[in-house]
Amino acid sequence: MDKDIKVTLKVWRQRGPKEKGQFETYQIDKINQSVSFLEMLDILNERLINEGKEPIVFDHDCREGICGMCSLYVNGHPHGPATGATTCQLYMRRFHDGETITIEPWRSAGFPVIRDLMVDRTAYDKIMQAGGFVSVNTGGVPDANAIPIPKKDADLAMDAAACIGCGACAAACKNGSAMLFVSAKVSQLALLPQGRVEAARRAKAMVAKMDELGFGNCTNTRACEMECPKNISVSNIARLNREFLKAKLKD
Amino acid sequence: MAEINSKIPQGPLADKWKNYKDHQKLVNPANKRRLDIIVVGTGLAGASAAASLAEMGFNVLNFCIQDSPRRAHSIAAQGGINAAKNYQNDGDSVYRLFYDTIKGGDYRAREANVYRLAEVSNNIIDQCVAQGVPFAREYGGLLDNRSFGGAQVSRTFYARGQTGQQLLLGAYSALSRQIGKGKVKMYTRHEMLDVVLVDGRARGIITRNLITGKIERYAAHAVVVATGGYVNTFFLSTNAMASNGSAAWQCYKKGAYFANPCMVQIHPTCIPVKGDYQSKLTLMSESLRNDGRIWVPKKLEDAKALQAGTKKGKDIPEEDRDYYLERRYPAFGNLVPRDVASRAAKERCDAGYGVNNTGLAVFLDFSDAINRLGKEVVKQKYGNLFDMYEEITNDNPYETPMMIYPALHYSMGGLWVDYELQTSIPGLFAIGEANFSDHGANRLGASALMQGLADGYFVLPYTIQNYLSDQIQVPRFSTDLPEFVEAENAIKARIQKLMNIKGKETVDTIHRKLGHIMWEHIGMARDEKGLLEAINMLKDLKKEFWSNVYIPGSGDDQNVELEKALRLADFIEIGTLMAHDALNRAESCGGHFRTEHQTEEGEALRHDDKFMYVACWEYQGEDKDPVMLKEDLNYEFVVPQTRNYKK
Repeated sequence: MDKDIKVTLKVWRQRGPKEKGQFETYQIDKINQSVSFLEMLDILNERLINEGKEPIVFDHDCREGICGMCSLYVNGHPHGPATGATTCQLYMRRFHDGETITIEPWRSAGFPVIRDLMVDRTAYDKIMQAGGFVSVNTGGVPDANAIPIPKKDADLAMDAAACIGCGACAAACKNGSAMLFVSAKVSQLALLPQGRVEAARRAKAMVAKMDELGFGNCTNTRACEMECPKNISVSNIARLNREFLKAKLKD
Repeated sequence: MAEINSKIPQGPLADKWKNYKDHQKLVNPANKRRLDIIVVGTGLAGASAAASLAEMGFNVLNFCIQDSPRRAHSIAAQGGINAAKNYQNDGDSVYRLFYDTIKGGDYRAREANVYRLAEVSNNIIDQCVAQGVPFAREYGGLLDNRSFGGAQVSRTFYARGQTGQQLLLGAYSALSRQIGKGKVKMYTRHEMLDVVLVDGRARGIITRNLITGKIERYAAHAVVVATGGYVNTFFLSTNAMASNGSAAWQCYKKGAYFANPCMVQIHPTCIPVKGDYQSKLTLMSESLRNDGRIWVPKKLEDAKALQAGTKKGKDIPEEDRDYYLERRYPAFGNLVPRDVASRAAKERCDAGYGVNNTGLAVFLDFSDAINRLGKEVVKQKYGNLFDMYEEITNDNPYETPMMIYPALHYSMGGLWVDYELQTSIPGLFAIGEANFSDHGANRLGASALMQGLADGYFVLPYTIQNYLSDQIQVPRFSTDLPEFVEAENAIKARIQKLMNIKGKETVDTIHRKLGHIMWEHIGMARDEKGLLEAINMLKDLKKEFWSNVYIPGSGDDQNVELEKALRLADFIEIGTLMAHDALNRAESCGGHFRTEHQTEEGEALRHDDKFMYVACWEYQGEDKDPVMLKEDLNYEFVVPQTRNYKK
């Protein structure tokens, strides 16, 4: 049964990208465990506003785990202690009475802090723009059933396509690598005949852009897979490596 | 009085779109390069339009409020997308999809628009597959389909429970390709605060940079609004936190008609409200109704025990369960359209049969499906939804029935557009949920994704050329024109006014009050007295907002509370317009239910003799009552009937 608990929050506050940040401590004397983590922050923000203070800035939108906007580092884990869930899907029943909860923004060279807990993730968009697509224009495409695709391949592609682009993988990685994100898109499209055509070009372009934007290398610690809210598998990274190697060998 | 011209092409229903395309004016490739188009929004409609227009050669400026175009709320659509492929050989056809959609909309949509929608639905599936959208497939490698509420065929294509996500990522990847090529200039974290008219035509927008707080001006030859719906007026809805009606509302204030604002959809399968602190409602996909059975207890004492928590759903024996949808609607059972299912749930709960502590919930039970198909199959089909439900409610739906209740989900109403998707302001177009066009009084499941992508990929890229073809001589506009300066100054003044109030209530406090008024008086059941009351209450609430809201921080900086306040100011006015429209429409149809107008059995009672029209509202100025213009709906091809899901 959900009950009322008391928690202490240590929240990262930072005015701007170039300014120095620090932790501030807030006491929450009574919060029901059926409340979501972000609703708990809403309640705190209402309190801060009523006290004439500025509310804590954090990204969030759909609040059902699919838009990829929410991005909190909770007690040392991207998206907090729950596995296979985003921050917005986290409920206070994951915490116990009297617990101190530390809340930080994504900490990664690729994602500079904008304010408080909000970071800039446009780097992921730029990687997508470098090659995360099939080069078809609208119209003039064959019938959807013209090319049968084995269910197994379609399912694997869907597993990879479930990525929400939240950035937890890079935030979790000690090297700040975006390999899980990149490999998910490369895998999805390489597994399907429609994307196969330009698989080599895509793998090279996306990896080159990732490197250019300052993301680190993969050293197979698998932290990304552990923290991914959509359970994207590191086998996608293996597939990306194969695609990349094949493409390089051809050159 | 202005005349409403919907510009529906002549000819037989099946030939109208073809005739239009055969005879419309086009813009040649060299001239396309000289024309700029602003697209506001990056959901299914916005992203697909921006990508397609850029592929054709236009210069596109695309705006979104999120940090990335991939996060637009289309991403949250779970169930699927309809198309008339008839891959299942179950008798589907373009006509049948058209017919189901227009019937589902309770005969309040345009025949020609809906037929075109059904026609291009097949192109959408082809396009998405070509982009690498991983739709569900059969073992033979071909595409799988499922059935959805309001249809007797299986025409819904899906990608697990994340169809909206996959379709949006398809459109986003096409958009990303054009951004990479420099054909689309992308502005993220920018919110449109006004549309700028020059000589009566839409020529640009004013935005607020949500990071810096800077007010910016952008000019183009045409403006496309794809900013979604306005059901967050109700505070609690299934929409994302930042979804809002402000962009559309600014267009209305500049003279664009707002059509059928009272027509909003209340989705039957959402997780019930649990407390005052709640920030949003979570939708459980309608696809659950394919295998789940909806019931409440037959006996009032069982309902009381459930409400008190002394009994659980599984304690109620089979013979004491009332599967009220199967009882009332034998032909469609649990698969009746959303408006019907929602009202039936409300009817049972109002009668005292609700099953949770608030009395506002019904059961959605999978025990039959688990017995019939096995737990593994149910898990494969709905596993992610069950997990999501358990995470939120702490209940395991494999063991105990889910609890659901209707919640605000979608707005059928929106900016009025003609057949070309152009609003009543020349050069201003509206697509996707932001327009009113195709769903009439009620939208069928899996039709929103279809309409968003139809508008963006296959309709607007054609029709906008008919407008732009005579604009090729028009040079690019300077944003130093007095119209832009004036619009920017007005926005700055509005922000200053808001910041200066320094009242005592937070934005959310007032928004919750708005939500209560909306839900009580302009919600699932409406009547004249309640609507008149609501209009007065909203007048007071508007005063309260403009005299007592408190916004911390500064207007010239990142300020989330200010963003919310700007949206709330418009939501209060949107709510008022909804009330006017609901009051005017003295009939029940689709999502709009007036208690004075129902059959003896409690079903919606339409009055086709009086209300066979689109209500187009025209803005008359601050605090003045809007004026309603009629676009008569002339049904040439189908005979409107009373919707009957009983047999």
